[in-house]
Amino acid sequence: MTFFLQLVVTGFSLGMVYALVAIGFVIILKCSEAFNIAQGHFVLIGGYLGYTFLVPLGLPIWASLFLAIGVAIIMGLLIERLTLRPLLGQPVLAVIMMTIALASVLEGLATLFWGGEYKAYHGVLPTLALKLGGVSIPSESLIGLVVSVAAVAILMLFFHYTKIGLAMRATAEDEQVVQSCGIRATTVYAVSWVIASVVGVIGGILLGGVSGVMIPLAEIGLKAFAVVLLGGVNSIGGAILAGIILGVLENVAAGYLDPLLPGGGLAHVFPFVVMIIVLIFRPHGLFGLVTIERI
Amino acid sequence: MLLRTGTFHENYGQDMAIFRTTLHWGILFVFLVLLFACPLFFSDRILTIMTMIGIAIISVHGLNILTGYCGQISIGHVGFMAVGGYTSAILMVKLGWPFWVTLPCGALAAGIAGLIFGLPSLKIKGFYLIMATIAAHFIIIWLILQLIPITGGADGFGVPKPEIAGIALKSKRSYFYLVMAFACLATYTAQNIVRTRAGRAFVAIRDNELAAEVMGVSLWSYKLQAFFIGCVYAGVAGALLIHYYGWASADMFPFMDSVWYLGMLIVGGMGTVTGAIFGAVSLKLLDELVTIIGPMLAAIFPAIAAQAAASLGLIARGLVIILFLIFEPRGLLHRWEIIKAYFKLWPFSHQE
Repeated sequence: MTFFLQLVVTGFSLGMVYALVAIGFVIILKCSEAFNIAQGHFVLIGGYLGYTFLVPLGLPIWASLFLAIGVAIIMGLLIERLTLRPLLGQPVLAVIMMTIALASVLEGLATLFWGGEYKAYHGVLPTLALKLGGVSIPSESLIGLVVSVAAVAILMLFFHYTKIGLAMRATAEDEQVVQSCGIRATTVYAVSWVIASVVGVIGGILLGGVSGVMIPLAEIGLKAFAVVLLGGVNSIGGAILAGIILGVLENVAAGYLDPLLPGGGLAHVFPFVVMIIVLIFRPHGLFGLVTIERI
Repeated sequence: MLLRTGTFHENYGQDMAIFRTTLHWGILFVFLVLLFACPLFFSDRILTIMTMIGIAIISVHGLNILTGYCGQISIGHVGFMAVGGYTSAILMVKLGWPFWVTLPCGALAAGIAGLIFGLPSLKIKGFYLIMATIAAHFIIIWLILQLIPITGGADGFGVPKPEIAGIALKSKRSYFYLVMAFACLATYTAQNIVRTRAGRAFVAIRDNELAAEVMGVSLWSYKLQAFFIGCVYAGVAGALLIHYYGWASADMFPFMDSVWYLGMLIVGGMGTVTGAIFGAVSLKLLDELVTIIGPMLAAIFPAIAAQAAASLGLIARGLVIILFLIFEPRGLLHRWEIIKAYFKLWPFSHQE
């Protein structure tokens, strides 16, 4: 039972990070109807940035977080202005291919700057291990939980109490109406990419603290897609709930089934099995809107 | 359609012909002779590059029918190549079947895998379908790694060189002939498939699914047909790849290759058979260029030598796709047509 609870607790914290990364994806999708395949690569860049600020530069965790967010804002703005804006009005495949190409370039840059090597910074984070009954909560999981919950809360406040947040929610409802009200759609797009890049980078720093940073960390983006599909592509609340569900399920399934399978690695393929099942039986996810097509 | 003065079409057959004039037939003949004479002039290294290009062309033709013509975007193409390749290799090694039987079996197996993973396409499209095909890739590779008694797991297993009519295709030269024959056959069948009833149905589905269905095009049947045909091509390409290396391993089918096959379609020009060839050739040549330039860059900047060589390919391929999407979204073929039209009309700048 303790083993089970342990898996649930670490899975819950992991799931919150998945949810955070997935939210970035959902925000871009809601505001500009672009599917951002490069979301996982924001996470990768975030992990390496966290390593750079924490280990070689030796900054405290809060300063590293703020610096990384600063870099993420610049990265998001540049990406939106240089690559996505020329594609306004292009078919969906063009935008998807663009984000895939972006993913490739980001991965190349990560290899160029950090050598694509395994970098870890377990010891750097403060240790505040908690014990609840027999279940110990590792400090990385705790920090992950606290930071991701805080980030989600800040995002919610941003959407509800700022003018640009209101503009973004309005754009998600109806872009044409928003534009005729005199709100610049391009500003909304730029902000949505900045937010996606920032939450990706935060997720990267958190995940890097748990498992270290390496190029395959970018595959977390693929898990975020599974989260997004399960929750419904246009629902932020759905993304949070689905992130937690998937994180817990994945951790529990891997914990119990991996010893039974010869090759192991169930955690790696689990999200995709969920993805296929969701796509076949409930393509709009748990809380997504059913699209109605007309000619 | 632009026709040279003096070219007349007197019946339907002439109007639909791919090669209309004696000049076209002549160009085709010269091209084929030059292609099959390549082994006489070129070194093994260049023949290897050309063989790889040939395999890529076969695979991209399949993806083009599925994505370019039918509009069902797939980023799991390499997974289906793996199915075809492994099926062919396993049948040859475990059951001792000859190459000319295992290759069609591999293609068929890939096609059936395509049918299975194409099923979600009946309900979903666009991004959702992309996710389903990505999932297909990872599930297929995971299965290959799990079924250790049959596939050898992560270690893989050795595959003998194929034999056709008693001749073992051991040298690079003989394999070049095999791949090029298949590439020509694939081009020929692809060009003809897209002109059939099915091909037209694919285009109708791509342009507007609902309208196509209202007009009586069965989405169920034709989408699955597109998946089947596309994955059969992938299966042939995968089998040729595995038999070329003489070793079956899941590492030969990395996920990013699927992405590059889509990139080839974008660079070449989606939805045309010629465009697929343009794209496959140009991106593969870019790869070769990168492998030549990488060490040179490393020599100039020794501080970042290892990273520079590894990252250059990723950055170059990504940038090429980005630049094409922004500046030439219709691909190289479109640019080529513009250049051709310019010389045809010279010294005038417009037709009509």
